[in-house]
Amino acid sequence: MTETAIEVRVSPEDFTVQTEYDALCAANARDGAVVFFVGRVRDLNEGEAVHGLHLEHYPGMTETVLVRLAGRAAERWPLSRIRIVHRVGDLHPADQIVFVGVSSSHRQAAFDGASFLMDFLKTEAPFWKKETSPDGATRWLDARQSDSTLADRWR
Amino acid sequence: MTNVVHVKFFARLREELGVSSMDIPAEEVPDLDALIDWLGRAHPTWQPILQRPLMTAVNQSMTHLNHPLKAGDEVALFPPVTGG
Repeated sequence: MTETAIEVRVSPEDFTVQTEYDALCAANARDGAVVFFVGRVRDLNEGEAVHGLHLEHYPGMTETVLVRLAGRAAERWPLSRIRIVHRVGDLHPADQIVFVGVSSSHRQAAFDGASFLMDFLKTEAPFWKKETSPDGATRWLDARQSDSTLADRWR
Repeated sequence: MTNVVHVKFFARLREELGVSSMDIPAEEVPDLDALIDWLGRAHPTWQPILQRPLMTAVNQSMTHLNHPLKAGDEVALFPPVTGG
């Protein structure tokens, strides 16, 4: 059984991919595989131009859910390190939203673990997106069935 | 305020109801289903809003609608999540 180091951060602050990657690798010669995903704000969503994106969350529960998700991934794959960083607050097109990274001695475990984490982060972590269009109108995004379908393939 | 259930609302649900949190007497809401019924009776204009797809959490864990409630519990109602 691999002992997994789990780091979760929810914050308005931007993150630096290099710093997060380095944290997965520092003093870690055991893992030959690192997989990470970065989610960013698009300038066009469902045919609508996007000027801004507000991310709301449920403080306390968000962090708890992400740590539990990481624990579930660690039970399923031999992952040594898991890092999840998610921003909240007001963002704009091209801003980074989320970083999910894992390290493992096995490539497939790293790919699958990272994919599993993103699929469940999108369907179980209490974040909500509200878009602002260039004319100032706002709309809350609806959850997508395709995200639930992606999460279901791990069940 | 120990004989109450604390309820929080998030995102579009919070905006549509116009309230972010409230306390409900615990003896009137034995489970989550009863709590949602209680909200609809106390605020009839909320009924159609509460009938839309909702996710629910008790003490910051996702739960199902028949989840029992007790005094001091923190309940959260919110639309399906859209992070990532």
